[in-house]
Amino acid sequence: MKIEELQDKANEIREIIIKMLAGAGSGHSAGALGSADFWTALYFGGVINYRSDEPEWEDRDRVVLSAGHYCPVLYAVLAEAGFFLKEELDSLRKIDSRLQGHPHKSSTSEVEQLPGVENTSGPLGQGVSVAVGMAMAAKMDKKDWRVICFMGDGEQNEGQVWEAYLNAAKFDLGNLTLVIDRNNIQLSGRTETIMPLEPFKAKLESFGLRVIEVNGHDIEEILQAMKMARVMLDRPTAIILYTTPGKGVDFMENKSEWHGKPPIEPGEAVEALEEINSIKTYE
Amino acid sequence: MKSMRDGFGEGLREAGKRNKNVVVLTADLAESSRANLFAEEFPDRFFDLGIAEQNMMGVAAGMALSGKIPFVCSYAVFSPGRNWEQLRVSVCLTDVNVKIAGAHAGFSANADGATHQALEDMAITRALPNLMVLAPCDYEQTKKVVLASAQINGPVYIRYHKQKLPQVTTADAPFELGKAQVLKEGKDVSVFACGPMVYRSLMVAEKLESKVSVEVVNIHTIKPIDKEVVIRSVKKTGKVVTCEEHQITGGLGSAVAEVLGESCPTPMKRVGVKDVFGESGEYEELVEKYGLGEKDIEEAILKV
Repeated sequence: MKIEELQDKANEIREIIIKMLAGAGSGHSAGALGSADFWTALYFGGVINYRSDEPEWEDRDRVVLSAGHYCPVLYAVLAEAGFFLKEELDSLRKIDSRLQGHPHKSSTSEVEQLPGVENTSGPLGQGVSVAVGMAMAAKMDKKDWRVICFMGDGEQNEGQVWEAYLNAAKFDLGNLTLVIDRNNIQLSGRTETIMPLEPFKAKLESFGLRVIEVNGHDIEEILQAMKMARVMLDRPTAIILYTTPGKGVDFMENKSEWHGKPPIEPGEAVEALEEINSIKTYE
Repeated sequence: MKSMRDGFGEGLREAGKRNKNVVVLTADLAESSRANLFAEEFPDRFFDLGIAEQNMMGVAAGMALSGKIPFVCSYAVFSPGRNWEQLRVSVCLTDVNVKIAGAHAGFSANADGATHQALEDMAITRALPNLMVLAPCDYEQTKKVVLASAQINGPVYIRYHKQKLPQVTTADAPFELGKAQVLKEGKDVSVFACGPMVYRSLMVAEKLESKVSVEVVNIHTIKPIDKEVVIRSVKKTGKVVTCEEHQITGGLGSAVAEVLGESCPTPMKRVGVKDVFGESGEYEELVEKYGLGEKDIEEAILKV
């Protein structure tokens, strides 16, 4: 897929996210919209291996969503990639749905779960440890599959995240790529007000991670970084993804109040969809 | 006299021999948990993740999702104490094949004081769906519990003690997960016990033999509890005493009361720590001071 096509696909994903959240009546808007370019590049830019018709394919790369509240974007790209029918997206957060408010993985086969979801997440900091465990297992078994773990910047407040980084560095987990959405907001305000992270890059480096900084809305840059991370196997890579939360919807952009709410006031969803539509470039 | 932790270490090493997918994680407590016996034999399948129990639980979940059978080894106060939410979400909700080994259960960490004494672990694990909760009674049974846990697919919590204690079971004694064991038959009072309280109960039952006929049942599987054996015993005796080295709320006594309250209400006394924290001291001193000694069990049996 060409870069321009990916860009348009990302905006289609944004439309799906708005519709899902409006339909659900609750959920997190800003992060899902802000990271839509990354998720589109990840699933449609040829940088990971997966089979949507065989979700448990043994040699697939494992995409671990640690910041579970981003799940509308994960569900949207999974449906778009063919893991399940797009009609099912309407069931987000509703009773008897496989699209839980935060992703649910169950290794018990009798439990109905959404194909393509690799882990349970929501309580922050947990997915990154799961990702580390997967990377350690792959290394033990000399498997070539990679682990990509997506986190939020607010999530970095959790001590468990830093435990996991120490762990990843100790075992030189070069098969692990950590992607951190640096959008500068968390639930109740700016990250630097609630719990300052800066100098964030230096902190990550001092924990033994290789850091690549990326403009999270530049698909070419994202793909480049993912490809680099894939070949640098001596130690884990962290990609700091600089994004605008709420990207594509002017009234949401850079506003922490949109971290944890959906567009449900009259006219909000319509306005958001019109705006997203107007930025499509390649048709 | 042998310690449950030696049984744990030996069982773990044997589980490692039987199945190459068994891996062991610890948070800087390999020797005192006896995970070191596995580490010496299988260094490539042993990982010390440092004093970071929350990460360790998640790593175990990730490994289990990739086909491994991880045993997570630390003190019970820290794991599942400190990392309970990771146990809840990454392990139990995900229903992965992780085994949590809680060393130094009850008053085991005697001199270390209240901070290190695990008296609430059964309460916090019993409340979690999908999790099996085990409290073996001695060295031999701990070995069997480890081997049986490695053979079933799903999360299991095992609590075990440090002290060298009398043996109650033999190497050949039968053992089945989920099946309570009537170790001594009786007709007047049923005593349901777990961990080291089993041998204490047997001592008391023997002492009282001429006055009261006590049935002693070893409930090594706290969850799911063997309702059938509990109800059958109580229908015969009509009186119940529960004994555990744990808080009096949320553990074995509560589990038995829940079963009987719904199916067969019966006069009952619970022997356990009475909603207080412990302190430093000799192991047997603590057992006496906090009301878990043989005289306490005897009193409960006579009063019920």
